[in-house]
Amino acid sequence: MLIDEIAKGVLAGDKRSIAKAITIVENSPSEAQRLIAILYPHTGKAHIVGLTGPGGAGKSTLIEKMIREYRRRGKTVGVIAVDPTSPFTGGAFLGDRIRMQELSTDEGVFIRSMATRNNPGGIAKATKDAVKILDAAGKDIIIVETVGAGQSEVDIVKVAQTVVVVHAPGLGDEIQAIKAGLMEIADIFVVNKADRENANKTVMDLQAVLQLDNEPKPWRPPILKTVALTGEGVSQLLDKIEEHEHFLRKELWQKRIWEKAQIELIEAIRDKVTSSIIEKLKREKKLEKILQKIVDRELDPATAAEKILNQELE
Amino acid sequence: MQDEGTSVRKIRVLIAKPGLDSHDRGAKIVARALRDAGMEVIYTGLRQTPEQIVETALQEDVDVIGLSILSGAHMTLFPRIMELLREKGLTDVLVFAGGIIPEEDIPELKKIGIKEVFGPGTPTEKIVKYVLENAPKRES
Repeated sequence: MLIDEIAKGVLAGDKRSIAKAITIVENSPSEAQRLIAILYPHTGKAHIVGLTGPGGAGKSTLIEKMIREYRRRGKTVGVIAVDPTSPFTGGAFLGDRIRMQELSTDEGVFIRSMATRNNPGGIAKATKDAVKILDAAGKDIIIVETVGAGQSEVDIVKVAQTVVVVHAPGLGDEIQAIKAGLMEIADIFVVNKADRENANKTVMDLQAVLQLDNEPKPWRPPILKTVALTGEGVSQLLDKIEEHEHFLRKELWQKRIWEKAQIELIEAIRDKVTSSIIEKLKREKKLEKILQKIVDRELDPATAAEKILNQELE
Repeated sequence: MQDEGTSVRKIRVLIAKPGLDSHDRGAKIVARALRDAGMEVIYTGLRQTPEQIVETALQEDVDVIGLSILSGAHMTLFPRIMELLREKGLTDVLVFAGGIIPEEDIPELKKIGIKEVFGPGTPTEKIVKYVLENAPKRES
């Protein structure tokens, strides 16, 4: 299919076109750029919810219930479930949609699994583009699910407007894990599996950590309790997400939008500049020589980079 | 660094369990073998309707579908899946099957477009090799 045709299909909400479009942004950077250029003017309408937390917290089950509640409220939903690529084999097992399969035939729902591929640093550019595709396709709510502890969780703020951090009692030292960065990015905390007896302790642990933060803030992240299996608390979670969206629109919208635009521009420049320099070095057969010098400890990488930029290297 | 600006097209595979049986050890072993061979494997979980499987294949834009069935309902479920794939225009997807499928049913299944059937005890290497060699080459 041609890019223009696919873009047209995406804008009409056609599922096959959306699926093809996401494949393009995953595989082919130059085509992706043309596609996103066409779709970009039609983006910016969806509310993007990032959902993250340790494995076993019940994120996928919770999302399934959230989708049902959004559908009940007349909203269309797109989901991007991100799972890690194995650094050893390059393969990935994408099992998040198992819990959402009943919804796969719902016309107002689109679910796509994505692997992180060679993006150990966080959310892949392809994921951000996939969000834009679902946005342009007219989805009201887009949920981006990420797993694991570390950078990719923190990176979700670059994509999402409302970040929901999900926890559950009995996962071990989960509070320690969230102190390292997750506390700062959460707009809403959810303690899932709240029917378990030690759920209140998890809530109190979270409260204790949150209280360490004395800075006055216009939005204090609330802690909600859910039982994803039964759907308990899910409606309140959606209300809270909506409240946060209203808060953002009233208080911080302009600032956030500008910050996001700036981050995206910087990343785009970095990508373009890097690949154009590397391509040029490869074309001129200089890359190997430079690498050899670095390997031989004649030149350090930062100095090499500077010399390349100043065109001082032969 | 060799990945800068370019990326390799990964083979995306849907491993699906149509029908009502509740054993998916075989499906999971195959899923894992394909993942270890560098593919992106989406697993549907148990008890999927043909509609769910085809819709998932469409949304995930997979190159390959592996159907695992132990219940004996393959002669009703597989034709329905193949019909829906055609309806949705997913004609370039490679479909193979595995599980308990009697020898005498295989010709009929191949006629409707199931490209290969793997019985119990098939070494995973054989399935991996088959998928690597037969997954459709698509430009994007």
